[in-house]
Amino acid sequence: MKNYQDNSTSVSRRNFLKVSGGFTIGITVVGLVPQLTSCTEDGEDTREMVAKELNAWVHLREDGQIMIYSPASEMGQGSKTALPVILAEELDADWSDVMVKTSPIDPEIYGNAGFGRSGRKIMMNVGSRTVKGYFDSLRQAGAQTRYILLHSVSKTWEVPIEELSTEPSLVVHQKSGKKIPYGDIVEILDIPETIPEFSIDQLKNPEDFRLIWNESIGRVDVPEKTTGEAVFAIDVKVPGMVYGVIERGKVHGASPNLINEAEIRTQDGLIDLVALDYGIGVVANTLEKALEIKQQLNIDWNTDVLAAKHSSQEALESYSKLNQHDETRDLIEKGNVKQAMAKAAKVYSAEYKNDYVYHAQMEPLNAIASISEDQNSIEIWAGTQGPGFVAGAVANALGLEPENVKLNLCYLGGGLGRRSLHDYVIEAAQLSKAVSKPVKLIWTREDDLRYGMYRPMSLQQMKAAIDSEGNITALSHVITGDGSNLLASGAANEFYAIPNQEVKLNIVKNGVRLKHWRAVGHGPNKFAIESFIDQIANDQGVNPLEMRRKLMANFPRALKTLEKTAEMANWDTPPRPGRARGIAFGERSGALCTGICEISLDRDSGKIKVHHFWSAVDGGTIIQPDNAKAQMEGGILMGISSVLSEQLTVEKGEIQQSNFHDYQLMRMADIPESLEIELIPSNDKPQGMGEASTPIVAGAIANAFLALTGKTLNHLPFSPERVKKVLDS
Amino acid sequence: MPIFSLKVNSKSEEVNVDSGTTLLWVLREHLGLMGTKYGCGVGQCGSCTIHINGNPMRACALPVEAVSEGQSITTIEGLSKKGDHPLQKAWVEHQVPQCGYCQSGQIMQAAALLEKNNNPTREEILNHMNGNLCRCGTYMRIFNAIESASKEI
Ligand code: FES
Ligand code: FES
Repeated sequence: MKNYQDNSTSVSRRNFLKVSGGFTIGITVVGLVPQLTSCTEDGEDTREMVAKELNAWVHLREDGQIMIYSPASEMGQGSKTALPVILAEELDADWSDVMVKTSPIDPEIYGNAGFGRSGRKIMMNVGSRTVKGYFDSLRQAGAQTRYILLHSVSKTWEVPIEELSTEPSLVVHQKSGKKIPYGDIVEILDIPETIPEFSIDQLKNPEDFRLIWNESIGRVDVPEKTTGEAVFAIDVKVPGMVYGVIERGKVHGASPNLINEAEIRTQDGLIDLVALDYGIGVVANTLEKALEIKQQLNIDWNTDVLAAKHSSQEALESYSKLNQHDETRDLIEKGNVKQAMAKAAKVYSAEYKNDYVYHAQMEPLNAIASISEDQNSIEIWAGTQGPGFVAGAVANALGLEPENVKLNLCYLGGGLGRRSLHDYVIEAAQLSKAVSKPVKLIWTREDDLRYGMYRPMSLQQMKAAIDSEGNITALSHVITGDGSNLLASGAANEFYAIPNQEVKLNIVKNGVRLKHWRAVGHGPNKFAIESFIDQIANDQGVNPLEMRRKLMANFPRALKTLEKTAEMANWDTPPRPGRARGIAFGERSGALCTGICEISLDRDSGKIKVHHFWSAVDGGTIIQPDNAKAQMEGGILMGISSVLSEQLTVEKGEIQQSNFHDYQLMRMADIPESLEIELIPSNDKPQGMGEASTPIVAGAIANAFLALTGKTLNHLPFSPERVKKVLDS
Repeated sequence: MPIFSLKVNSKSEEVNVDSGTTLLWVLREHLGLMGTKYGCGVGQCGSCTIHINGNPMRACALPVEAVSEGQSITTIEGLSKKGDHPLQKAWVEHQVPQCGYCQSGQIMQAAALLEKNNNPTREEILNHMNGNLCRCGTYMRIFNAIESASKEI
């Protein structure tokens, strides 16, 4: 049995000395005054102990404890642990000495530089870019911290720094055999005038990694997530706090006119009603009272909005016949598709569709806001993927200065893309301001679902040219739907040698709220691409594995995931009768993976059962292998859930589902018998693991279905009713 | 407002709330036991699972007046003294939680199973756990953790 130690604590630093990029030092006494209940300051160690701030990331305590800040929002992806592991590796820390704390919200220091573009550092956890984006800078910070320790020891021992080396949490002088624990260096700490930038070959050789890819390092947040002690925003209580809920329209954007205001205002326990453009806020003494009053509101909704004209299923049916769109974009043009089509031995075409899906993160949106008496500053408790953007968003909405907005970052009960927008935080702030009290705002599950922001529905029109040798010479992919770039991701085929490719995007505005949903456009786009490839392979009489082998011949990283997965799944031996396997390849945020599933079908009900799922992934350097596997597993199960049952529909603007009885997530009885993940060893830079596996699921299942029945599933989700229709067709 | 007497985690508690208030809000917002979570409010997700006299129940579906003083309520906070119930240990060993939000409910639901049946079959585990949703997709690990904990009991 693995004994994972508990390195967790999420404490924000009180005595933090602001540094601007460089290093500063101050002696901080870790000993704190009692706190409000909060998500960041529970469990503080109150022993008085001298600790030194080695730099903005690391505090070293005389008893040897090494506190490392993690700037990640933890939503289940594990980055809160992975980031300090990277730093601790270069610091050569003994992991059992490490304590992890959530960093202050200060993007200049703790931001992720991995968002390219401006080079600006930001604190935003999206697109599986956290580990990837921080990798270089945290290695550098770890190496520089180690340098400070070496320098201090070299001064005290009067030996050249070159003669010193490190072992876990020890500085060693080989020549004399002297060793000093890191904690003892606190007393002799001597921060050098200048600290070098280390080049890549001065950093640790991956062969020497002890912490990176170390199976015995568990996630720091796991222990407290088994005892109920982990604090999510919804769990925060602050003195004097009251409760807020908001009644929103069933049609996105509809504006309210409260008819029974006078009557409502007579209710005991009501503190105030707050009119918003799109809803009525109810603030009451207790949550139950707020919810009760919410139900009693009699609102006349003005639905003169775009969404009111939208009925999803009709709209989706109409997409293939539209000859006018709100906007058309050419996303990719490579080679000459037209010419290749004209010269083709055979041209294939097919259409794929997908309905809206909802995030369904298990913790409904919520936030706590506490406005100051003078209304000039506000304190927030929230789980957010973008902690660096909260101050700006709230300040902007309330007319405050951003420096007067303080965020306490809590655990996120799921992010999945939904918690990267701060509507719910702003709402809490607005309610708090309106009633001049701290307010806990909770979205009910119904609010969260109906006023959600969905992965857009879309139509994918595919066309391919095949030459006389069966090579795919051109691929045309036309995407139609609302959501602009949300539809675009994943349409490019960078790992298939298809000389002529084009991707077009037709935008049709529907007025429904849309958002990034785990892996974004990759879900629908990979579904279309991977299914289409199998349809072509099927018609050509080629094994789908063979077809992909050929396409990937020049892309060894991709090919390796294909070969490995095929081996794991025993692709060459037939499955037992009544079952079939399907294969699909995907890439997302730099991670490449192939998935193979084995399914059976209940022909009476139309229910597809996934029995096995195998996937090999190349995610570059893997920081935490077990967590990387957990991300792959979770992504596959979320994929199966969305592919087999999740469907959100809209009738004249009204969202038709309201809670988990009619928006169905996968349940435990439907899990596969096995779900195997292989991580392909690599010393390349880390890639994004959080979303890699979700996009491969739809194609793998559709392709297994094709192999099993000879029929194609071309509309997500593959609900039993839909499957039955296909079987009967 | 009426006063209700409850026995929660072996402690007697009194709460002054409107009748009709669900046990979930009583536990969380009135008694400060935040381990029990709100996920759906309609008995569909299992995040709010607690034990009443050892039986797994959905706190969101129980009005406070439905629980009598003589019944003993156990929440995740009261499952073990030091977070060392065999299931909690197995949860760490298998690194089950991702976001963690559903996990109190998962553990409480599983604990009620092992209390009655310390050698459950695959089918028994899957059926017993079917009412507890996990959006992060930790089901494979939940299953493995329950199996390994059952061997410790
Ligand atoms: S909150 Fe009680 S079952 Fe979902
Ligand atoms: S761990 Fe996130 S919902 Fe289960």
